[in-house]
Amino acid sequence: MNNVFVYIEIEDKEIADVSLELLTKGRELANTLGVKLEAVVIGKDIKGVAPELAKYGADTVWVADNEIFAPFRTLPHTAVMVGLIKQEKPQIALFGATPVGRDFAPRVSSALHSGLTADCTELVIGDHKDAKTGTEYSNLLYQIRPAFGGNIIATIVNPECRPQMATVREGVMRKEALATPAKGEIREIDWKAMVSDADLAVRIIDRHIEERKINIKGASVIVAGGYGVGSKEGFKLVHELAEVLGGEVGASRAAVDAGFTEHERQIGQTGVTVRPKLYIACGISGQIQHTAGMDGSAMIVSINTDPEAPINNIADYAIIGSVEEVIPKMIKYYKQNSK
Amino acid sequence: MEKVTKIVVMAKQVPDTRNVGKDAMTPEGTVNRAALAAIFNPEDLNALELALQMKDRIGSATVHVLTMGPQRAADIIREAMFRGADGGYLLSGKEFAGSDTLATSYALSCALRKINPDIIVAGRQAIDGDTAQVGPQVAEKLNLPQVTYAEELVEIKEGEATIKRRLERGSETVVTPLPAVITVNSSAKECRPRNAKRVMKYKYALATSELATASDKAKNFIEERPYLHIVEFAAADVNPDASQLGLSGSPTKVKKIENVVLQAKESKTLTAEDKDIEALMQELIASHTLG
Repeated sequence: MNNVFVYIEIEDKEIADVSLELLTKGRELANTLGVKLEAVVIGKDIKGVAPELAKYGADTVWVADNEIFAPFRTLPHTAVMVGLIKQEKPQIALFGATPVGRDFAPRVSSALHSGLTADCTELVIGDHKDAKTGTEYSNLLYQIRPAFGGNIIATIVNPECRPQMATVREGVMRKEALATPAKGEIREIDWKAMVSDADLAVRIIDRHIEERKINIKGASVIVAGGYGVGSKEGFKLVHELAEVLGGEVGASRAAVDAGFTEHERQIGQTGVTVRPKLYIACGISGQIQHTAGMDGSAMIVSINTDPEAPINNIADYAIIGSVEEVIPKMIKYYKQNSK
Repeated sequence: MEKVTKIVVMAKQVPDTRNVGKDAMTPEGTVNRAALAAIFNPEDLNALELALQMKDRIGSATVHVLTMGPQRAADIIREAMFRGADGGYLLSGKEFAGSDTLATSYALSCALRKINPDIIVAGRQAIDGDTAQVGPQVAEKLNLPQVTYAEELVEIKEGEATIKRRLERGSETVVTPLPAVITVNSSAKECRPRNAKRVMKYKYALATSELATASDKAKNFIEERPYLHIVEFAAADVNPDASQLGLSGSPTKVKKIENVVLQAKESKTLTAEDKDIEALMQELIASHTLG
């Protein structure tokens, strides 16, 4: 009772990274609150994931395992989650801000009349005093998120309704396996009592999954281009540098909107969050919507003609110069000095 | 008589968050909408297009826009009429102020119960919050199935729609019974533009509260042309449980709002000269940041 729930998303029998990231954060929250961390897995042939979830801190692994749950459909997932939350009364329930989480978490919150905060970038336990009534609350979940195109950071609380629900985007939190795994005790969800025939009314008649072509999330070196790169042709230089350094190419929203490169490469609040060893920002001004997705990089190098560009404030090295001039030199001196 | 399929598009007038000034937030942390340009939420236009495609295919159907907001939100209903909608409903009143997504979806679901549509379409999310919650929350409140991330209308027939929807990597096609709530992705077809004849026909359309302050001439004009009357619901018109509306009906509260300040790091400025670039590359290699 009153534990912390994390919904575990399974894609192609693999646990989604965001779910492990949420377990790591959930473990920290559960420790602060002195409660258990419970993972909820809904799918088909999924019991094998329990040891992995235990490694990331799950004390309990709730399982609803049946073919009706895969591929994901909104209504059966909602029915199981709502049923289990009513039964177990967790104080916190976390979901990945993936298309799946963003599809059914709002429905769960609506059914339970419980607040839901989307796309949180930080979750912390803290106290709260209601300014109007003076009522004091202890140990609430602070749900912290950028709002208004990233121009402000809002802290949201959910004083009265339970569970306190939040979604978090993939890559925003760190995942970290425990030295000693948690118990990971499997418990069966009594899903047959929760799912009705009406919940199966939507039918999937065709499904087509594309291979993931671009993997900027896992890259240790990222060379990212912005609007300042100037053109699709200019992006070839960015690609060249990435290839020589063994890295991936990223982009700012402005560069993607201008059609310089693919949407899959977009880094930032509305794209992917990355934290590579080295981030080279080429012609990127450094608007908050971009930096929100990369300021955790271990080292940041910026190339910009404008000495006043905001990106230079967070860069370890700010090269004042044009992309066309600087990138060929970087390639040249990297080749000369490596090995 | 042939049955007329009633399609309702939930749409929102949003502040243009791509252009945010200092006075955009009130001290209470809510949005100061008056300080920002108001636009038709982009994905709601994709939703309108999908609804109009449904109407094109069904033939005997109507498309109405439902929006919750202040009086000026009637602008997006007129805009939708210029592009092909038959009319709209404005849900307006101070009771709705301060609503979070759950209170918003409750209010909309009360209005939808009154309208009783056969199909509900909405944009996936609004650019002022990016939450994508209201569509699914409305569907739950009305106990209807939902199809999110819709990209293409494949087929529509009596009691059933076939829709292609976007997945994280790929797409799937689903068949949903109707009524249902369908939320439309920005990758769906762009909305058709204004039609000059429709602009001429609908430019004098007014919502009830706008009509109240209009000239007698305008009142008479609209009285003779009921299709120019945008239906306006006050809170009491949709029979809500008042405790579930507005700020008091919102489980989430804004505790704190902070402006974003970039933390300046110890930053070294380099020139584009060869010696600077060579020294940098040597250091990146020596520190094993590279290689």
